Amino acid sequence: MNIKTTRRAFLQGATAASAAMVVGLNAKGSWAAAHGGEFMPNPFVKIAPDGKVTVVLKHFEMGQGTSTGLSTLLAEELDANWDDVDIEFAPADTATYMNTLMGVQGSGGSTAIANSYMQYREAGAAAKSLLVQAAAAEWGVDAGEIEVKDGMVSHGSNSASFGDLVGLVPEGATPNPQLKDPSAFTKIGADKLPRKDSNAKTTGTATFAMDVMPEGVVFAVLQRSPKFGGTLTSFDASAAMEVEGVVDVKQIPMGVVVYATNTWAAMKGREALTTEWDFSNAETRSSDEMEAEYAAALDRAEGLAAKAEGDTAGALEGAAKTIEAEFHFPFLAHAPMEPLNSVVQIKDGKAQCWDGCQFHTVTQGAVGAVSGVGPENTSIETVYAGGSFGRRANFTSDYEVEATMAAMALGDGRPVKLVWSREDDVRGGYYRPMTKHRVRAGVDADGNLVGWHSIMANKSIFKGTPMGEAVIVNGVDLFSVEGVADTEYAIPNMDVTLHDMETAVPMLWWRSVGHSHSGYAMEVAMDMAAEAAGRDPVEFRQDLLANAPRSLGVLNLAAEKAGWGGDMPEGWGRGVAVHKSFNTHVAQVAEVSVTDGKVKIERIVAAVDCGVPVNPDVIRAQVEGAIGYGLSHVMRQKITFTDGEVDQSNFPDYEPLRISDMSKIEVHIVQSSEAPTGIGEPGLPPAGPAVANAIYDAMGKRVMHLPMVDDGIEFS
Amino acid sequence: MAITLKINGEEKSVEAPPDMPLLWAIRDVLGMTGTKFGCGVASCGACTVHVDGEPTRSCQAQVGDLEGAEITTIEGLNSDVAAAVQSAWADLDVVQCGYCQSGQIMSAVGLLTEKAKPTDEDIDSYMWGNVCRCATYTRIRAAIHEASKRMEA
Repeated sequence: MNIKTTRRAFLQGATAASAAMVVGLNAKGSWAAAHGGEFMPNPFVKIAPDGKVTVVLKHFEMGQGTSTGLSTLLAEELDANWDDVDIEFAPADTATYMNTLMGVQGSGGSTAIANSYMQYREAGAAAKSLLVQAAAAEWGVDAGEIEVKDGMVSHGSNSASFGDLVGLVPEGATPNPQLKDPSAFTKIGADKLPRKDSNAKTTGTATFAMDVMPEGVVFAVLQRSPKFGGTLTSFDASAAMEVEGVVDVKQIPMGVVVYATNTWAAMKGREALTTEWDFSNAETRSSDEMEAEYAAALDRAEGLAAKAEGDTAGALEGAAKTIEAEFHFPFLAHAPMEPLNSVVQIKDGKAQCWDGCQFHTVTQGAVGAVSGVGPENTSIETVYAGGSFGRRANFTSDYEVEATMAAMALGDGRPVKLVWSREDDVRGGYYRPMTKHRVRAGVDADGNLVGWHSIMANKSIFKGTPMGEAVIVNGVDLFSVEGVADTEYAIPNMDVTLHDMETAVPMLWWRSVGHSHSGYAMEVAMDMAAEAAGRDPVEFRQDLLANAPRSLGVLNLAAEKAGWGGDMPEGWGRGVAVHKSFNTHVAQVAEVSVTDGKVKIERIVAAVDCGVPVNPDVIRAQVEGAIGYGLSHVMRQKITFTDGEVDQSNFPDYEPLRISDMSKIEVHIVQSSEAPTGIGEPGLPPAGPAVANAIYDAMGKRVMHLPMVDDGIEFS
Repeated sequence: MAITLKINGEEKSVEAPPDMPLLWAIRDVLGMTGTKFGCGVASCGACTVHVDGEPTRSCQAQVGDLEGAEITTIEGLNSDVAAAVQSAWADLDVVQCGYCQSGQIMSAVGLLTEKAKPTDEDIDSYMWGNVCRCATYTRIRAAIHEASKRMEA
């Protein structure tokens, strides 16, 4: 991380906060108004006279632990007592709460801690410096001699709590933040610091968007086109209006909204609707046809050159042995536990949106534009998000815009809560792109990897979006080929060819984005290359990662902790995978058992290098969760189409990982002083291929068609 | 029509048709939001409540069949078993997004009430119907074992 940039961002933030104060956004928040009130020296922290410290979170909390992480950073430098630290979600205010790695206010790409590491520390240090100045003036002592610990400020026989001091910070005082040397950290890196969201989430008191029901709320569901790209031609609402509790039915551009006094009545009303659609611009193919087109694309000579290094054709021609593998990865829905929903009220020229908001800038802009009140008159109250895995952030803010249009169509100023059913969610698109990926690789007579050609076919996530310009280079969406074109393996001759496919089905980033498929193809094919070379899979990779010390480090750590090469029970197999994503390095060793032909994933040992481990227990939790989420899809989840309609509908046919599927997981974290990097996603990519390689070790079968149940694998 | 439900020891009059699922009566009519909607087809367990002490998927229980039943939601948990479960859950930081956890806890209380010292296999079998998309399952297992220990103390 560039400290200068971060410092500048910090100062910009402070300026924006002053502006906010002037317009009365939070008059109590200025330290000028601190006497007797709340002390808000910068946009990221408030300290109350009772000593309670509130950390203002610019990132949303979908379970990834940022509420704990950002609080840790700030409380570390503030030297707050952890039990006194509370959390609050920031309003939509891009200038003040920008994600400095994304250029908008929002969360994604495993950037929350990476972009906040210096900013939240500086904010804590700045607040502390003002409290120290106040104490120094009060006691007539040198500020440099004052100690701060656990929310108490002391000098000799004098001591005061933060709460005692907030009213004493003089107007116009200037903070002089001094960051700690990492050796002095007591919270950052502490093995276990209790999560800030645990209590609310174990007592049922945490508020999710689904739980927001303002006075006068109207519940609504939307009948969308059954095929992507279809448009409504007519509808008959007479039977729907007969359903008890249904209060109105309206058309919006995406379909027909049924409004009711409760969610269930709205759903029943929707079932009673009759709708007619025009499918002339819709996706009407079945997935078999799409798959055949993707497969045919792999055979075409032309394609977009995502990478062309050395003489790959020559290297493969001259190789002693070659391997070829063709992988299939299906469309995938995110299916977060909390179905998508949002509450929108448009009244008196203002729009209010309650949301588990992941992309504040985009949603504020979209709701403001669609409602006509403008983003400046649009406020967002962010609440807990019941999972996302990428789904709640997209370029159009699709579900918030639907709620906005539903509120406008009702037109009476009442808040409208638009809820997606699980069926809406599974069939609603914004899928992980279906991908076909063929690898040809060659080794020489000495067992060295000499050439690699990846040919990939998928639909770009970013094409046609406002961010496309930044990430599409010579026609190649970098997110379509990430994890392949930028591999850390030292492969002397390597080509990556991309075929950009078209479909009306909307695509979206899904936990770990391109790495969700590329990690699997790379690491299974790498195992095949190691076998062709007659070498041990770990030793083969070690050689290729000689100049990638951090990936090599996690590979060695995982192998050591898993007892690579050691004995295993009869019928077991062991497999390894290592993959870098979001600047974090993860290696995993999986062990599977096979009984009566059925596979059980027994144990996964992970090693992680994500720079400074801010919250080791959150890191462990994220790696555990990413493995489970990844395996859910590797094992048996897929989205397919028949005549343009999604075949799956709900958990019974989009069967998620269940507790009985969950293996033992060990997570080992590399101690590092490098700047912290992402952790929400990087645990996912190596899990699938490590398991696939273990299955090969146990059964001699290479699994290349996902989900694994479609490739003849049965799980016990 | 009004139906009287006994929820968390209190009698409540619910204005709802008899075939309304208990889930929606609790959430949208009574405004008690600790019980969650996840799938609507009894496949995820997010809506689990206790009916006469038995973990029950409230999305499939109709209010018309529940007059006279003792219904307990996450808001009404107050047994020693529940205290052990909730404290173990918090201390082990089981939660991630948290949306499924009310249901997980209601099921875990059901399990430990039935069997104070469950094995991993007991846990996997009893908790099978409670989905966690964040995959907090390893910690759920650990927290149930920890709660079991706390119940002995």
